[in-house]
Amino acid sequence: MIEILKDILTKNGLLFAFLLVGLIMLFAFWISKGLTNKRIPGVAIAIVIGLGLAFLGDKKGISDIPIFAGMALLGGAMLRDFAVVATAMGADMNEIKHAGLAGTVSLLVGVSFSFFLGAFIAFAMGYTDPKSIATIGAGACTYIVGPITGTALGVPSDIIAISVAAGVVKTIVATIGTPLIAKTIGLDNPHSAVVFGGLIGTTSGVTAGLAATDPKLVPYGALTATFYTGLGCLLCPSIFYFIILFIAR
Amino acid sequence: MKIYGVALLALCFLVGKVLGNFLGVLIDIDGDIGGVGFAMILLILSNSYMKKKGWMQPETSYGILFWSSMYIPIIVAMAATLNVKAAISGGWVAVLAGAIVTLGAFFLVPLIAQIGRDKTTKTPGP
Repeated sequence: MIEILKDILTKNGLLFAFLLVGLIMLFAFWISKGLTNKRIPGVAIAIVIGLGLAFLGDKKGISDIPIFAGMALLGGAMLRDFAVVATAMGADMNEIKHAGLAGTVSLLVGVSFSFFLGAFIAFAMGYTDPKSIATIGAGACTYIVGPITGTALGVPSDIIAISVAAGVVKTIVATIGTPLIAKTIGLDNPHSAVVFGGLIGTTSGVTAGLAATDPKLVPYGALTATFYTGLGCLLCPSIFYFIILFIAR
Repeated sequence: MKIYGVALLALCFLVGKVLGNFLGVLIDIDGDIGGVGFAMILLILSNSYMKKKGWMQPETSYGILFWSSMYIPIIVAMAATLNVKAAISGGWVAVLAGAIVTLGAFFLVPLIAQIGRDKTTKTPGP
């Protein structure tokens, strides 16, 4: 009986992964709502659970266990990049005009500030390989820019894990920190919310943080944050990586 | 039909990847240089062009929106398949990079918010 079940789950690995991730999401959003009163976004909790599950396996995380091998298919580079590209559908170029000059500047400054400060911290803590430094810097942008940069540059999976973790920490700090610091940084009007979205960029953190500060500001922050990951995916594995290479030489 | 949207997405994805890898070969760096970014730009451009022409049917866009909504679950699956045991030694880098960068970005908000502030009325100072 157990054998038959195992056999079915292994043979239909991708579908089992859909079920499993669906359950993780359900559980994560339940914790977010029930235990943290939505203060920590369900998305961040779900990714932390994912990272936690990876401890059950070894080099390939949970997918080292045969019945969970489908997770590697669902979470592999092909489907991931495909889904991330699809998110550009929500970004309308006309929208960036609404964000104006301050929004555009905040996006450019936000992505480069996060990348280079993150890269510098990686370097200061002993990483010397330019590819690893660039991947961790990209992870400091968002937990999506990190793995995309890492895969594009061909770094090992543990560096990608660090970049995802950096992005998740960013989401959590943005979520909890925003309402606390909002007054100090003048985050109480649509204009600065647009700037805030472009500087922080991690959409789940921006929307959750603004929602806790003033729900009216959420759409303004989301407006610029939508472009952040795309800009990061464009700049980090290319121009920014070259700059790191150039400095390293 | 939804498959038109999925096909358009796949086209943008593949062209972006080809561009990224081509660029990598061109400048002699092994890897995909910004391929996902190029693909996203292509999708934004073709989406707005097709909308203008009236070719973007709701059904077509649903094919793309489905994949767009799958990205968080896919990232969760990816997180579960990473080599976290080897990464644990780098845990502090992740915490420091994530936290310092976010705190630093907070304090850039009042600086950059000064740009174009005159346009928005009733903006209290920081």
